[in-house]
Amino acid sequence: MNGVSVAEVDRSSVRWRALSRSLRGGLKGAEYTWSLAFVVPYLAVFVTFVAYPVVYGLWMGSEPSLYRELFRDPIYERTVVNTVLYLALGVNVKMFLALLLSGFFMRPGRWTKVMLLIFVLPWAVPQISTFISIHWMLNGEWGFLNNALYKLFHIEGPSWLNDRWTALGAVIVSHIWKWTPFWTLILLAGRMAIPLEIRDTARVDGATGVRGFVHITFPLLANLYLICTLLSTIFLLGDFNAVYFVSGGGPANSTHVLATLGIRDAFDIAQPRLGVAAVMSALPLVIPLVIVLMRKLRTTEVQL
Amino acid sequence: MSTLLADAGVASSRALAESHRALRRRRWLSQAGVVLLSVMLIVWSLAPIYNMVLISLEPEGDVFTDHIWPRVPSVESFWGVLTQGHWYLEHFWHQFANSLFLGAMVTFFTLLFGSMTSFSIARMRIRHGWVVSNAALLTYVIPASFLAIPFYRIMQNYGLANNPWSVIAALVAFATPYAIFVFQEYGRSIPIEVDESARIDGASPVQIYRRIYLPLMAPALVAVGTYALLLAWNEFLYQFLLLSTKSSMTVPVALAQFLNSDQSPWNYMMATAIIYAVPPVAIYYAFRRRMTAGLTMGGVKG
Repeated sequence: MNGVSVAEVDRSSVRWRALSRSLRGGLKGAEYTWSLAFVVPYLAVFVTFVAYPVVYGLWMGSEPSLYRELFRDPIYERTVVNTVLYLALGVNVKMFLALLLSGFFMRPGRWTKVMLLIFVLPWAVPQISTFISIHWMLNGEWGFLNNALYKLFHIEGPSWLNDRWTALGAVIVSHIWKWTPFWTLILLAGRMAIPLEIRDTARVDGATGVRGFVHITFPLLANLYLICTLLSTIFLLGDFNAVYFVSGGGPANSTHVLATLGIRDAFDIAQPRLGVAAVMSALPLVIPLVIVLMRKLRTTEVQL
Repeated sequence: MSTLLADAGVASSRALAESHRALRRRRWLSQAGVVLLSVMLIVWSLAPIYNMVLISLEPEGDVFTDHIWPRVPSVESFWGVLTQGHWYLEHFWHQFANSLFLGAMVTFFTLLFGSMTSFSIARMRIRHGWVVSNAALLTYVIPASFLAIPFYRIMQNYGLANNPWSVIAALVAFATPYAIFVFQEYGRSIPIEVDESARIDGASPVQIYRRIYLPLMAPALVAVGTYALLLAWNEFLYQFLLLSTKSSMTVPVALAQFLNSDQSPWNYMMATAIIYAVPPVAIYYAFRRRMTAGLTMGGVKG
């Protein structure tokens, strides 16, 4: 910016300027005020609607007796099992499918483009619309799925949402259905960002097909894949809609996950503190994830 | 001699034909694989959407049937939604307007606050800008649903329950971090000298922001705007908790109300769900390229 190598400039004035610059980030008077004015709206939003609720929530869930009550609840125990299954299957199956499918969508040609347009539809349609549709689709008596199974294969399908495991399975599959397109797009962009020369050189050297994927593509995508998996874990942990609309936490509160159990405790049985405690019991998982993610996202600048 | 050559020629052409055949077979196999995978993907992707259309085309009271093709397609339910012709749809247009208002405001404030913040951090290089960036990053990795209960309590204390601005505030708070990332990332492609020469010509920071920064950021603004709108359109929990009166209710809340009632008018619900899905799908396909670019620029966010 300013060359400070001019000899006539008084040393003390240089020092003074350097000091004031370090205080104001190199901005002068009015400009400094403006730069502050530009961040104040967001900071106000952050403090009022993120930081304050976080602190308020920590305060609401700070009583140890809440956790004793929570851990005694058999519904909570089931919820933890469900959450773990939901995380393990939902995240990994989805990300693995996305990884494979992003390879499929790398194929040249018009047909692939048309397929991609169809394929992203589950993600583009609002969650509420699609999850309600899936809920009715899985109805044991009148649902489309069982009708189709009977008409096409003469199979009598079960009442999907009346059994804990099939209902939980339905929720997980719905989540995968909804979010695979999104992560496929991200990984597709990651694959596109691999320079053509690398791919061509690898091909000349005989690294095609599975070998090309294992030795060239995946190592280059690995960091992105890891970040996506971690982010997807966080998003899935906070996912409320899939469980709420597809299974509704039923039958008999057996398919709740932590996010929906918290809301149920707070509003259906009017124990907001217990609800906060249910959500906060995920902190041992959330905090390490957040720390790792903050580091990863900052250092790699999420450049694909 | 000549026969020998001819033999060699025949052999090599045979080998060539053989390898051609192998190549063709492999190509055929991969084509078959593509077709098979395509069919599976189409069925998989479209089944719930097909179900939505199928049921919305049923005439009233005919939802409880077992056919899998529309027998007597009827647009009665769509007409019923559009004219508010069913007791459950009495306030449809009002709810739709509420949803539109919510989406528009969330988009506007996300773009405004996001661009102002990233202008200050990345272009004016405010000191301690990294603190703001980290606050944004932290918001980005906190699940919004985990804050719903304290947020609801706070809004109640302030008397802001059933006020759309409470939901707008929450959604802006959760959408702006993504905006800040994308704007910062995109802003790297605009040389800082542009701002500096404008400053030397006597432009104030506000003028640089409005006349130079925003126009140059237009593609990123479109990407983030689409994202914010879709976020607001997809959101349910905060609307469900905070907007429960007839006058403040949005379409998702109204839809959810009938999910668990015994007399759910499924054909009307599905028609409503389809009408609600039209704007985001249209916007998504219109701005698809920009949005995908935005997703890959500023990291990733469901």
